[in-house]
Amino acid sequence: MIRLEHVTKTYPKASRPSLDDVSVSIEKGDFVFFIGPSGSGKSTIIKLLLHEIQPNKGRVVVADKDVTALRSWKISAFRRQIGCVFQDFRLLPNRTAYENVAFALEVIGKSQGVARRVVPEVLELVGLGGKEHRYPHELSGGEQQRVAVARAFVNRPLILLADEPTGNLDPDTSIEIMRLLDRINRTGTTVVMVTHDSNIVNQMRRRVVEIESGKIVRDQPRGVYG
Amino acid sequence: MRAKYILSEVMVGLWRNVTMTVAMIITMAVSLTMLGASLILYQQIDSMKTYYFDKVQVSIFLRDDISQQQRNDLQSALAADPLIKQPVIHETKAQAWTKFKQQFKDAPDLISATKQDALPESYRIQLKNPNQYAEVASEYTGKAGIDEIVDQKTLLSKVFGVLGAAQNLALVVALVQGLAALLLVGNTIQVAAYSRRREVAVMKLVGASNWFIQSPFVLEAMFAGIIGAIIASGAMVAGKVFLIDGSLKSLASLLTPAPWSRIYLMIPVLLVIGAIISGVTGWVTLRFYIKK
Repeated sequence: MIRLEHVTKTYPKASRPSLDDVSVSIEKGDFVFFIGPSGSGKSTIIKLLLHEIQPNKGRVVVADKDVTALRSWKISAFRRQIGCVFQDFRLLPNRTAYENVAFALEVIGKSQGVARRVVPEVLELVGLGGKEHRYPHELSGGEQQRVAVARAFVNRPLILLADEPTGNLDPDTSIEIMRLLDRINRTGTTVVMVTHDSNIVNQMRRRVVEIESGKIVRDQPRGVYG
Repeated sequence: MRAKYILSEVMVGLWRNVTMTVAMIITMAVSLTMLGASLILYQQIDSMKTYYFDKVQVSIFLRDDISQQQRNDLQSALAADPLIKQPVIHETKAQAWTKFKQQFKDAPDLISATKQDALPESYRIQLKNPNQYAEVASEYTGKAGIDEIVDQKTLLSKVFGVLGAAQNLALVVALVQGLAALLLVGNTIQVAAYSRRREVAVMKLVGASNWFIQSPFVLEAMFAGIIGAIIASGAMVAGKVFLIDGSLKSLASLLTPAPWSRIYLMIPVLLVIGAIISGVTGWVTLRFYIKK
């Protein structure tokens, strides 16, 4: 489902590469943690997978497509196969939970009718039934992240990318979000999560890829943090 | 749904930034008015040139002491000249005096101060091609009995020089104002994109197409361009009513009339120019601003 082949990425003006000849393969339906200290290059992987940045060397293959060779006008269609969740939620503050999720559908051309059918369903799935019409500031951090997960998942993506999704949440809330991601993974969605939350990695016992100074130092099925 | 979304985004964007929108529309309107005026002036000068150059005369003024023989020689030379349109008009001193009295009938002092035989006798000729004046002039200059050869075209050229300068001035103002308008459009679009940066980020993230993300901004710029063009069109109509048909009416005999059809033709031209130029500017600004 996802393959990085000898990927090197050096940011302009950086003294050393963020990713240095990294190769890793992720199968459909996998649940993978990328762990490592700050600045190790793990967030660079998310950016590469989203085609926000380009590698200097190597290939990035997502859903059997070579992302590095993607024409710029095809990027939008490519991104519809990928859901994305961030540490800072990235919700629109002037829209309700329902509207935030519906927005993601409407801007890719889905009708309001589709939104009316699908959005309540996905909000129910993430455990926000009854809170559809709350604004983000009326929701707790965990609930806001649930809205973000709903928005990422509403389009039934092949892949869900999560960049420190529990970084702003307390341990109990983090566990709830992880249960949610686990449930999404069970529907067949490949989940790639970047984190340095050792607690969560140890509890989940999923595949762990550890990165340090741009290199993979450990790749372990059912691993722990360290 | 999508059209409704885009339109509501356009209106919200314009209203959120209303002072900038107004500034954008005003500069756009001034620029397009000047552009329109310049274009109309250009057509005007063109039609005046064809009108007047068709009628310009070359006057060959004769010396007071010209002999009958010299006059006959000149007359037959002119009649045989292939460069000259026939017939050649001969204006005697008496005819010149009658014409002079007619022309300056509002200035009796001038008439009474002018001696009746002070006005020279002349031949009035029209050239088949007004640009061949130099050849004709060199042919006859210095011939016995000729005092002076005057080409009306040189006089007219001065008038056209003034009109041409006015046209160029209008064009320069149009360009400078146009540049200011485009910078304002660029700035407004940046402010609009900044105030909607969260929406733009989410749209990019979930895979909205580029044209969908950009169209509200581009339409916003085009809207300002079109409103500016409408105001400019109003200014052109007002210029026709109050200036051309109003305070400049007395010059109607000198200036060929600017017909309404010419004014009406400018309206779609200004609309298209305003819409396209501001739309393209907005789009180019966005390419730099929300790239990736």
